[in-house]
Amino acid sequence: MRNRTVKAAVVVMAGALALAACGTNKTESGGGGSASCDTSKGTLTIGVISPLTGSLSALGLGIQHSAELAVAEANDKCTVKGYKLTVDPEDDQATPQVGAQAATKLSSDSNVVGVVGTLNSSVAQTVQPILSNKKVPQISPANTNPSLTKGADLTNPKRQFPSYFRVCTTDNYQGPDAADYLVKKAGKKKIAVIQDGKTYGAGLAAAFSERATADGATIVDKEQVGEKDTDFSGVLTKVKAAAPDAIYYGGEYPVAGPLSKQAQGLGLTVPVMGGDGVFDPKYIELGGKEGDLATSVGAPTESLDTAKDFVKAYAAKGYKDPYAAYGAFSYDAANAIIASLATTLGDSGTWSDSQRDKLISTIGSYKGNGATGAVAFDQYGDSTNKVLTVYQVTGKDWKAVQTGPFEG
Amino acid sequence: MGTLLQQIANGLIFGGLIAMVALGYTMVYGIIQLINFAHGEVFMTGAFGGLAVYSWLLPADVQQIWYVALPAMLVGGAIVALVIALLMERFAYRPLRNAPRLAPLITALGVSVFLQEAMRIFFPGASSAVPFPNAFITAPLHIGSITIPASGLLMLVVSVVLSIVLETYVNGSRMGRAMRATAQDPDTARLMGINPDRVIVLTFGIGAVLAGVGGVLYGSYIHNIDPYIGFQNGLFAFAAAVLGGIGSIRGAVIGAFVIGLIKNLADIYLPGGTAYDYVWIFILLIAVLVFRPQGLFGEAERVRA
Repeated sequence: MRNRTVKAAVVVMAGALALAACGTNKTESGGGGSASCDTSKGTLTIGVISPLTGSLSALGLGIQHSAELAVAEANDKCTVKGYKLTVDPEDDQATPQVGAQAATKLSSDSNVVGVVGTLNSSVAQTVQPILSNKKVPQISPANTNPSLTKGADLTNPKRQFPSYFRVCTTDNYQGPDAADYLVKKAGKKKIAVIQDGKTYGAGLAAAFSERATADGATIVDKEQVGEKDTDFSGVLTKVKAAAPDAIYYGGEYPVAGPLSKQAQGLGLTVPVMGGDGVFDPKYIELGGKEGDLATSVGAPTESLDTAKDFVKAYAAKGYKDPYAAYGAFSYDAANAIIASLATTLGDSGTWSDSQRDKLISTIGSYKGNGATGAVAFDQYGDSTNKVLTVYQVTGKDWKAVQTGPFEG
Repeated sequence: MGTLLQQIANGLIFGGLIAMVALGYTMVYGIIQLINFAHGEVFMTGAFGGLAVYSWLLPADVQQIWYVALPAMLVGGAIVALVIALLMERFAYRPLRNAPRLAPLITALGVSVFLQEAMRIFFPGASSAVPFPNAFITAPLHIGSITIPASGLLMLVVSVVLSIVLETYVNGSRMGRAMRATAQDPDTARLMGINPDRVIVLTFGIGAVLAGVGGVLYGSYIHNIDPYIGFQNGLFAFAAAVLGGIGSIRGAVIGAFVIGLIKNLADIYLPGGTAYDYVWIFILLIAVLVFRPQGLFGEAERVRA
């Protein structure tokens, strides 16, 4: 008798669990279109793929919320005639396999018109072909590895995916920009280069080293760490033995922060410089010290006139997380998709798979003024905006010390 | 030569950390033949407990005074770890005392995952790394040609001192004798008037306090913690305990220092770098176990009647 009750209870529980799992638990946001908008044709979705959990979630959530802001504004202004827009955020946990699952889910939904993402170049490498096969345009707010648009051989660039674009500039400008600053402006001649072996970090470190050597500095040591490492005493001991006057780190802030702190602990008090993966307030919390440097793509959001409206609107929406380093880029990327969608559909068009090619070519010729300045794409899908900024940790905060388009 | 000495120093510091966690593994196995996979999470909750004491219980001006803040954090971390371990023992392991050996093993894995996720969800900010205050002298110490952070030296010293205290306690005191008796033969120990439940609770408790202290010192040394440090360091500690001879206190400590040295020296001198940490350590472990299955200091397994 008891066995049967137990079995029945188990079946009921399993059924309840299955129902709960089937129910959509994605937070659909970016709605709230005014009643006067015509949304008779249904809903279209902009997907977002970024790390919403894990150590880089500060950046990923900023990307998500900025896209949600863009979609909310578009709904208020009835930008896309006849349709309501929503955002479907998917977590990639900064890991390629999880990113692939997210991309597969989004690309199999016929209502997804475009995707803003990813954050990590390594995840983008897996996501690009999946989205491209289904002709879903992808605009990245933060991928900086140049091979994503130009292929592995930069001297013979070949566009990899016609549906992939990005609004931020790339590491083959960011690395040299950092090298020029560190060697020529800050006068560091003996530099140790550490990287985390991932697509972004290794690529950036290589671009930096090449330019630094050309500028006249010596790379005294090259080391690699793992992205999940916490104890750098071994690597830093080797670096210290080479007596550098600066350390360049290619990778992200969860490693860079403790690395800087532990270097200090070992008596290695030279400045640590990194790229846009290091530029986050969490870097300072996790151990970044006075005088550490980082480059980032674009001009500081707070300084641009075009960004002031974005900053105000973001604050007004009251999101729990700040827009972080890539919020303004994500906002521009989402707006590029939305504006191109509005152009493709026109006043009375209906969305269908046959519109996808037209949407992609419309995005390719999109020109706009966004929160990061002028937004446009070149023939490889790269942004024509090559502004880079160097920041320095001053008084527990990042302060911009040099901004400008990269010339060399 | 200076670099080699520095690497050895780093290895010993890491070994000191692992020793504090390995002692918990080895003692619990000695008493109830259970590999407590959730012990790494006891270490992790100790670290978060210390952080909680610092952030929420200490007023701001006291936070800067390290000789007040650090003991407070150590006590807080140890208490949190102790509570978690005792709850674990009472509700997850005691009911399964007489079950087939697989059941408590699976339970231990389950408790481990439960604690990791509970901490990640409920501790504010724990979904990514949480900064941990230094709470000790920040200046690095220079000993000859070696520079080590003061918190690293503290970790090493505390680890060695606590291990010696523990060894003395287990070998010299009455309760220690009870622990050794229960480890050797629980049924006969019961006949001699020893309450095995109390002995087991004491064992878990001592292991937890050590792990909790280790957790706070680890946080001080690395400067940030996240819910997964227990898993990572627990794996090293488990390897150390098995290498030294599971059930032997001396073995756990020696094993931990061996693991620490191998890890640091292999990172630097063998190809592959830090990504191959686990590879070298487990190769060593397998090699030792093939030739000496009971580990370096363990006793050959006696089949119980």
